[in-house]
Amino acid sequence: MTAGALDIKRILLRHPGVARLGVIVFLFIAWEIAARWFVDPMFLSPPSRVVASLHRVWQTPGVPAALHITLWELGIAFALSVIIGLVVGLAVGLQPFARRSTLPIILLLYGTPQITILPLFILYFGIGPASKIAFGVSHGIFPIIVTIVAGVQNLKPILLVSARSMGASRWHVLRYVVFPHMIPSFFAGMRLAMTGVLLGVLLAELYVSTAGIGHFTTLFTQAFDPTKLLGLVAILAAMAIVLNEVVRRAEVKFSRWHTN
Amino acid sequence: MAGRSGGRGWSLGSRAVQAAFLIMLVVLWYLATTRWRVNPLLLPNPVAVLRELGDILRSGEFVDDLRITLTELAIAFALATAGGIVTGYVISRAAYLIRVFEPLFAGIYSIPIILFLPLYVLFFGLGPASKIALGATIGFFPIVLNTIAGFGYVERMLIVAARSMGASDYQLFRYVLLPAALPVILTGLRMGFTIVLLSIIGSETIASLAGLGHRIVHLAEGMDMARMFAYIAFVVVIAVVLNMIVSTLEARGKRQ
Repeated sequence: MTAGALDIKRILLRHPGVARLGVIVFLFIAWEIAARWFVDPMFLSPPSRVVASLHRVWQTPGVPAALHITLWELGIAFALSVIIGLVVGLAVGLQPFARRSTLPIILLLYGTPQITILPLFILYFGIGPASKIAFGVSHGIFPIIVTIVAGVQNLKPILLVSARSMGASRWHVLRYVVFPHMIPSFFAGMRLAMTGVLLGVLLAELYVSTAGIGHFTTLFTQAFDPTKLLGLVAILAAMAIVLNEVVRRAEVKFSRWHTN
Repeated sequence: MAGRSGGRGWSLGSRAVQAAFLIMLVVLWYLATTRWRVNPLLLPNPVAVLRELGDILRSGEFVDDLRITLTELAIAFALATAGGIVTGYVISRAAYLIRVFEPLFAGIYSIPIILFLPLYVLFFGLGPASKIALGATIGFFPIVLNTIAGFGYVERMLIVAARSMGASDYQLFRYVLLPAALPVILTGLRMGFTIVLLSIIGSETIASLAGLGHRIVHLAEGMDMARMFAYIAFVVVIAVVLNMIVSTLEARGKRQ
């Protein structure tokens, strides 16, 4: 008996991950108990029922299409953020004068809460996917610009000088000196941009939506159907985690050459 | 910074570019609404916006919304701070707890918590309670993570040295742990404040009955564009000022 308890203790001490899993399981059990016996079923439903009815969410007409649309919005917004951010970041970062004059403006814009102008995005881009993409880009583009400017700035002048003195053309300098040097900060920027794009697109979706997931979160909330709402939110959270994880893995993989 | 490479001429030139950029923006805005006849429903005249802004400030009709938003902000930030610092401190006392809980909090922090807004509205209704609860939840994570980082990774040498010189628990906390952890915690508090502010205005925009975010949406739905632009400018200025105050406090706290 005590030997068994000691074993468990040793396993837990050696693998904090197991204990972490235990904490998560404990939270789910607490939620299950609270939802089953203590909370009005109009507001909360137990996780077992949410999981069991995930397929019901999936079968709600329009939900798979809405998830599809949201995923597309996220993808396009992220791609646009990276492309525009890369171009602007290089244009601003490579020229000291351009950096001094425009970086404060960019930082000021980065610092303002864009959420206040969300109604303007809807006004200009309509209530369809275009406004979600535009709002996502407005959140995703700034981290890319700022990290690229920082990455280019950290470039040692001696590298540029020696490349030039060995006869490198402008393109060669970009291709073989600037780009490789920029990669770690570029991927760090991409990770931040993914967080921003997720925030922007989901905010715009929740604000107003005709066919996207925002439409269904509103629908389920108004119908007091917590089972479906929790299911949909769980699917979206899983989506966000996967996207974040993909970008984070890419960051770890591609910034390795630099550290050693 | 200006003196390091380039000197005074550089910084003067870049200031000129910044000023020219802003002036050009306003001039283009003015021309677009007067000369090129852009639909005033899409872009109101800057003079009209300025007049509306003056009217809003003079009539004081913003006071109610501002009070609601600031109250929500204060309560949510207080809850996030209290919860984050207490939880973070308790966890940071044992290396094992840090290894169990830090990845858990960091994982949740990477999910866009705004997703749960519909749940919060379902639980807490459309009033201030749902904004406070959401803001407190979102603000909790950067604060708890930075508190763990601050208290948890104090150099062991310092603690051992203080102990061997006979420091009591209180002395250890007051003269070793706190000074070492404070800068990191203050950074966490600043990050927490920024995103609490964001999420409160955001949730007011999405679903609410009052507050500055709600006022903007209300005007947008009424197609009262000039007044809406004026309110947007008002809210942006308030947000920037609040963030500046917090950054200044952070810098001052770190210096001590």
